[in-house]
Amino acid sequence: MAENFDIQILDSPLSAEAAISFVQSDSCGAIDVFIGTVRNHTAGKTVFKLSFEAYEKMAVQEMEKIAQQAADQWPVDKLAFHHRVGDLAVGETAVIIAVSTPHRQASFEACKYAIDTLKQTVPIWKKEFFEGGEIWVAAHP
Amino acid sequence: MKIELLAFGITKDILGGRQVSYEWEGPANVEGLLLSLREKHPQLADLKSLKVAVNSEYAGLDKTIGPQDEVVLIPPVSGG
Repeated sequence: MAENFDIQILDSPLSAEAAISFVQSDSCGAIDVFIGTVRNHTAGKTVFKLSFEAYEKMAVQEMEKIAQQAADQWPVDKLAFHHRVGDLAVGETAVIIAVSTPHRQASFEACKYAIDTLKQTVPIWKKEFFEGGEIWVAAHP
Repeated sequence: MKIELLAFGITKDILGGRQVSYEWEGPANVEGLLLSLREKHPQLADLKSLKVAVNSEYAGLDKTIGPQDEVVLIPPVSGG
């Protein structure tokens, strides 16, 4: 892995502070951070927990590709990309992306690219548990 | 062809386990595997998409599958 990327899949709580501290860089004037958290409702139903599972080896590889693609398109100095697996309660953090760049616009765009692409390509799956049932998110049309 | 197939997300529920021994007649490639799987487990045909990874890379339909390959079913991803 490129040493300016910190890519991890963890089964313990994520730390925004750790991600921000990894990407801090004296040559950069901007750090953009995205934090994805567990929401308490979906499509009118009350959600009480989410469970994430990952095909870890490939998920890390795909997250590395995304980090590299972001660095190819914007002047990314460092990028931290952490995803949680296992059971998460409402309010817990599922994903953190932090990106440092010399100026702010690139950090916004690179961070958005990373989360948008993760949702399309990284082999991680989320099951929602709500009152009266459970469902693998996005599995069906 | 006979392989050990890994299944994640909803495909794990449909196939009944994370790791499944799977044997099929016909072409030893991704397309042959998917055709056989959809016939044996019609619920797989209801998914929004179903991709296959061979040795932890997304594989096209014509990708050859051998007994030593790590073959994984990738239903629609939903990380983040």
